[in-house]
Amino acid sequence: AAKPPMFGDYEAQRHWQEVTYSLPLQQYFNTSDNDLNYWGLDYPPLTAYHSLLCAYAKAINPEWVELHKSRGYESYAHKLFMRATLVADLLIYLPAVVLYCLYLSDGSPRKKVSVLLCTLLYPGLILIDYGHFGRYNGVSLGLALWAILALGLGWDALGSMFFCLALSYKQMELYHALPFFCYLLGKCFKQGSVGKLFLLVRISLAVLLTLALCWLPFLTDPSLAVQVLRRIFPVARGLFEDKVANAWCSLNVFIKIRSIMSSDSQVYLLPSSLRLLTKPTFWQFKLALVNSSLAFFLFSYQVHEKSILLASPACLLLNDLPLIAIWLLQTSTFMLPLFLKDDLWAPYCVTSVAFLYFSVYLLSPLKRCTEEELRMGAYRKILFCLPKLDLGCVVRWKFYISVLAMAALSVASVTMSPPPHLPDLFPVLISTFAFLHFLGTFLYFNIVQFSEPQRNKAQKKIN
Amino acid sequence: ASYVTVMAAADGWFTALAVGVSLLKCLFINAYRSTDFEVHRNWLAITHSLPVSRWYYENTSEWTLDYPPLFAWFEFGLSHVGRHFDKNMLQIQKAPYESDATLLFQRLSVICTDLVYILATRECCRCVSEQKSSRDILNRPSFVLAVLLLFNFGLLIVDHIHFQYNGFLMGFLLLSVAKHLQSKHLQGALLFSILLNLKHIYLYVAPAYGVFLLRSYCFTKDHSDGRLNWRSFSLLRFSALGLIVLLVTAVSFGPFIAMGQMPQVLSRLFPFKRGLCHAYWAPNAWALYNAADKALTVLGLRLGLVGSGPQASMTGGLVQEFHHTALPSISPTVTLLCTALAILPAVLFLMWRPRCSASFLRALVLCALGSFLFGWHVHEKAVLLAILPLSVLAVQSREDAGIFLVLASTGHYSLFPLIFTAAELPLKFLLMLLFSVFSFSSLHKLSSLLCALERWYLCGLGLVCVTSELLLPLSTVSARLPFLPLLLTSVYCAVGVAYCFIRVYGSLLRTNYKIKAS
Repeated sequence: AAKPPMFGDYEAQRHWQEVTYSLPLQQYFNTSDNDLNYWGLDYPPLTAYHSLLCAYAKAINPEWVELHKSRGYESYAHKLFMRATLVADLLIYLPAVVLYCLYLSDGSPRKKVSVLLCTLLYPGLILIDYGHFGRYNGVSLGLALWAILALGLGWDALGSMFFCLALSYKQMELYHALPFFCYLLGKCFKQGSVGKLFLLVRISLAVLLTLALCWLPFLTDPSLAVQVLRRIFPVARGLFEDKVANAWCSLNVFIKIRSIMSSDSQVYLLPSSLRLLTKPTFWQFKLALVNSSLAFFLFSYQVHEKSILLASPACLLLNDLPLIAIWLLQTSTFMLPLFLKDDLWAPYCVTSVAFLYFSVYLLSPLKRCTEEELRMGAYRKILFCLPKLDLGCVVRWKFYISVLAMAALSVASVTMSPPPHLPDLFPVLISTFAFLHFLGTFLYFNIVQFSEPQRNKAQKKIN
Repeated sequence: ASYVTVMAAADGWFTALAVGVSLLKCLFINAYRSTDFEVHRNWLAITHSLPVSRWYYENTSEWTLDYPPLFAWFEFGLSHVGRHFDKNMLQIQKAPYESDATLLFQRLSVICTDLVYILATRECCRCVSEQKSSRDILNRPSFVLAVLLLFNFGLLIVDHIHFQYNGFLMGFLLLSVAKHLQSKHLQGALLFSILLNLKHIYLYVAPAYGVFLLRSYCFTKDHSDGRLNWRSFSLLRFSALGLIVLLVTAVSFGPFIAMGQMPQVLSRLFPFKRGLCHAYWAPNAWALYNAADKALTVLGLRLGLVGSGPQASMTGGLVQEFHHTALPSISPTVTLLCTALAILPAVLFLMWRPRCSASFLRALVLCALGSFLFGWHVHEKAVLLAILPLSVLAVQSREDAGIFLVLASTGHYSLFPLIFTAAELPLKFLLMLLFSVFSFSSLHKLSSLLCALERWYLCGLGLVCVTSELLLPLSTVSARLPFLPLLLTSVYCAVGVAYCFIRVYGSLLRTNYKIKAS
């Protein structure tokens, strides 16, 4: 699927199997017999264990994981095997989605099934995990979803355990850590003084125990743990990985400011987190999850374009804010350059069209977008000078135009060749386009989080 | 006005289903494809680059044109679209040609021409009576029928993975069936004669069509008890029908008759030089016959009754003609006779009994199954010819639903060997499972239960499936007896198909009594 000498994510996965199988645990993350510049393991321990488990496929064909000799190995059978390992993805992600949609989304059974179907159709995850072969995102997202599920059902300790597992599978889950933390902390404060302490102790015990279990083999030697941490959080990598649709990249197009990056994503995160801390409801929690992943994606250091997958908690909002959720999810799938590299254009088109068509058909978001349903009351207050026009209608038209623009850009970047002096025209256009959308959605969700919250919900309950 | 909104809602879910299945088909673009892909590529090249007079003589590639002329014209039309994808695919050459653009074009051509099938499905759904107007769409017979037809496992894997244009052709068949059910007999006849000139395999069901048209259209009146009134024969209607059929045939075969090429065309269309059975035995009577012959031969050798003569491997694939060792060999005439005998009672029933659209469909299914069971060189895909019309019946009658479940499971499973690559293995299992789960659950909701025997048979089918798809290929037996899985599959499925054939006869007999009583 890729070219030497580095190949792609597929080779990374295979290489990790090779390393974890052949080397002792202490050497996973250091350079004694392990060239870390060649796809060195840079994910937390659970990924390493998972690779080790997969590596027992040596029983089928020892060539697959032979140390040093198997680099760039590819064959039909091996491809099949690697695809088969994605079952892990399904086993964790699928039940979580099903349970979430059945238990935690409200509405008629039919509605629940519709939401379930749309969530499963989310093209970003399908394409990255099953098309691009991108490192089992389903596992970490699935674990995080299990955590959300547990929190939603009120099992806080269990939820935090699941989240620790997700975190030890992929450090990228840190994007979601702050909302989890704030939600649980806020919940503790709400309790009575005894319950407060008890809950806090229970949760922290659960967290510490889970983390300790996952990291146990690496904790024997402090230097080893530091090594691992250094691998996992590389500050040494460049700011840009390809053309990532984040603020730095877009700004760079206009004013080359590779060096003036001082601001911290935490700043952008704060409002939403503080709000959650003072008002720890599940609804706020869901919004905060989306907000924090968007904030991290937009403003943090060294972002991979696939990280936008972490915005997939937007799936949780499919039921409440269908139009915006669909919009955000569709835009997050718009990583066209990556798919073109992998020859995934056709699957990209098919899954995107399927997602758009079925979500619009099943959830009828275009009929559910009055100002009130979009929770745009706050906009009225902020933009008081605005002439009287139907904001719902404006949003709808913006949605149409942006979908059309996405379609046009998709077609153009395949059929037309860019002018010679602007070879990166389409990738840059795409990332700017996506950035604007993410920024807009980020602002919108923040405003929703702060605006008068549960009016609709209260009405529904009365009905 | 309320009727309009109901129709709009109905169209809503139908469009969703159609879009869904089309997108699903698009996902198979890069999947495994059989030599049929190259066959159709070659036909595109032949029809595009040669004059009509050379079409049925061209033999550079081994995949010569062996469909009737209308299909050749269809390929001719396609080739003019394909020109814009990749010009090189329209060159006649011996070696297979493939490129990304060719692949995309050919796959898309199947998906797009399936529009005919989608249209036909919609027409069929409109013919289904909605006695219980249940509020839940999922329980409505028309919805169930739409899913059964659109997501038919057989068509999905044969057309969109294996590669053929069956959906397009079946569309014509179902469309003409729907027209007949709506009593628009002339349109139905026109569609069917076009279909016959697209692919002559549909001659199998022509007897049912001919007799039905004669009975329901040419005879205008019945006696009061439903018997045929011989004196009501309308010559005008008969000649109208004849004219339609003759005209279509003239358009299609006319040029070749004028050029005096008919013997050549016919020899291409009916290649009797091929063997009794296909390389992989279709699950029909001859599969049972072959298996019996094999068993007797082995037994004879053990007992020393038969000398160890030349052992032709019957399933060897390349062997075109072979002779049975223990049992008498079968000639094409014998198969023709058997087919005629199998079909005859159904056709006679259709003629003598009161007119009834259900019995027409049953006779259609019987013709398809009869010729499938006893025909010469039958392809396993031909079983779809029975399964699809039977699904129309299945959503309306309890008894047919039971038969449908058995026949669909058996017939679809017998298509498994078509897709043998490891990468598509999970796909075919999953698709089959989804289709079976849906058909079982939804039809059970509508009515109908299987009897114990049938349930055991279907459980056995699962066992056979696991054995021949997973256990045997992994075990050491496969090295010694490479064709054992195929043999097991076709023999086991043959029993099921034959059973269904008898059951459909039973249901045909019973319908007529019911109508007589009422």
